[in-house]
Amino acid sequence: MTNMAEDLKATHLRDAAPLPNGAATAEDRRRTDRKRSPREQKKRTANIVIYGVLVVLVVALMVPFIWMLSSSLKENNQVLTVPIQWIPQEFVWSNYTDIWTRIPMMGYLQNSLYLAVIITCLQVLTGSLAAYGFSKVRFPGRDVLFLAYIGTIAVPWQAYMVPQYIMMQQLGLTNSFNALILLQAFGAFGVFLMRQYYMTIPDELCEAARIDGLSEYGIWARVILPLSKPALASLALLTFVNTWNDYMGPFIYLTSNRLWTVQLGLRSFVGQFDAEYAMIMTGSVISVIPILIIFLIGQRYFIQGIATSGMKG
Amino acid sequence: MTTETITQAPAPVHSRGNRKQARRNTLIGWTFILPNFLGFLAFTLIPVVAAFALSFMEWTSFSAPKWVGLANFQRMFASDSFWIALRNTVVYALGHVPLTMALALILAMLLNRKLKGIGFFRVAIFFPYITSLVAVAVVWNMLFSPDSGPINQFLGAIGIANPPGWTSSSDWALPAVIITSVWRDMGYYMVLYLAGLQAIPTELYEAAEVDGASAWQRFWNVTIPSLRPTTFFVVVMLTVSSFKVFDLIVVMTNGGPGRSTTVLSQLIYQEGIGEGKFGYSSAISLVLFIIVLTVTVLQFKIQQRRER
Repeated sequence: MTNMAEDLKATHLRDAAPLPNGAATAEDRRRTDRKRSPREQKKRTANIVIYGVLVVLVVALMVPFIWMLSSSLKENNQVLTVPIQWIPQEFVWSNYTDIWTRIPMMGYLQNSLYLAVIITCLQVLTGSLAAYGFSKVRFPGRDVLFLAYIGTIAVPWQAYMVPQYIMMQQLGLTNSFNALILLQAFGAFGVFLMRQYYMTIPDELCEAARIDGLSEYGIWARVILPLSKPALASLALLTFVNTWNDYMGPFIYLTSNRLWTVQLGLRSFVGQFDAEYAMIMTGSVISVIPILIIFLIGQRYFIQGIATSGMKG
Repeated sequence: MTTETITQAPAPVHSRGNRKQARRNTLIGWTFILPNFLGFLAFTLIPVVAAFALSFMEWTSFSAPKWVGLANFQRMFASDSFWIALRNTVVYALGHVPLTMALALILAMLLNRKLKGIGFFRVAIFFPYITSLVAVAVVWNMLFSPDSGPINQFLGAIGIANPPGWTSSSDWALPAVIITSVWRDMGYYMVLYLAGLQAIPTELYEAAEVDGASAWQRFWNVTIPSLRPTTFFVVVMLTVSSFKVFDLIVVMTNGGPGRSTTVLSQLIYQEGIGEGKFGYSSAISLVLFIIVLTVTVLQFKIQQRRER
């Protein structure tokens, strides 16, 4: 994360000097042609001020991450010092090697990964199929059914977690991954997100494919799926991250230590060794790294996915 | 559009072929929906309906279900814990919703411009939202340490003599949770606002500028009205998420100190899953649901009236 902060300073310096040209639209240029220098000058100073504000803001908002990373490389008694040490006196890299033996971190990571991958695959597959049914096939009762889907998005999950729990208990699925997979893989959100996207694909495309003799399943697989890659990516990334970060689901359903996810493992570590500040921060950093990697690869899709689900249609 | 012409052919009489086609479409439609629908029906729709029924029953892990009418609700309204949890939840929402909304809008307006490297700033501000919640809670708990935590050191440095005890004080624990959740959530709502801002036609601003509107006037008379649909969505989402706040509190304060941060969904968990009082906890769930529904419908009405 300190790396990120340095990057940020670098871009700041690089970009501040030769500013507008790249971003200026044709209209801007026409306007600046008339009275070039004063306007350009003003814009440039304004931009420098904005960059300054943004850098300060982002650094301030990143303080928890910076502090987390720096503490993860300290001795326990160096974490909460007066005054604050932003850079460790000496770097205790051994925190990152010791944590694997202190708690079964590897097992936790594997469990989280297993759950996240299975739930994501099921959600994307069933979500995109259902979205096709809801947007491209017309049949009686379809819209009422979709309304039921939308309706449940507005019901807080906590309001029906007890019946869900009773059900899982009856099925003998508590304390197993299957409970979480069944509960989370068929979410209405995925259907909603994919349908929002499919609605923007013109029906004429499907019609043309129908005339070419493709079945509806063929249209879904060969026309719609390839066109909806960005939405599929958004849904997959959002689902993966949500599952990876989920605390309540595993907290309710997974009681034995060998099934715990990273989140549960970290929480229990904090409960057991609450004075091991540095090691706790090390664990936190490790729990965030997979998300950071996925996010850096697919950040465009995260943002698009959220913007899409925010649109009403 | 085109499928419509197949199933409900423009005017002519419903021929046998059309009806056959319609039946075929129904079948095809259902096969697409079915894989998701089965899971959705079993694990979402049925539990939702069951939660309603359960709230009128007495059912614990030790006894068979029995219809008791409104007894659960009577017990709930007479219980201290319920009112404390309700109060905490409402206070949390009253802090979380406006703060997150205001900051998200300010951030979105700052970041809604074409500058080199602007993407980096957006991404950085969004990142807390997808960071694992336990890590966030743990870090902020330490930042909030009363004696030597960075936040109180900072407050001391700017001259605040008696900084609050945050998560160790029953008055300040809830504000501490609110601050953490605002920090975590604002990036998400910023993205929604950015999408809304980008949909405003620039002509509107240009016209206002020609008319001599100041930046402040443009904000109130162009930006705010144009963002109304986004704001509606943001307020509903924020309110729903505030009323179901759960994991952040469980990890950060676990409802304490005392009961100062216990919220409704935590109470549902404790009563229902912790102590196995299925009926009683479902009554609390129903209240939670009704609150969320009321706020949503109210927002919807306000939104409609403004549009007229």
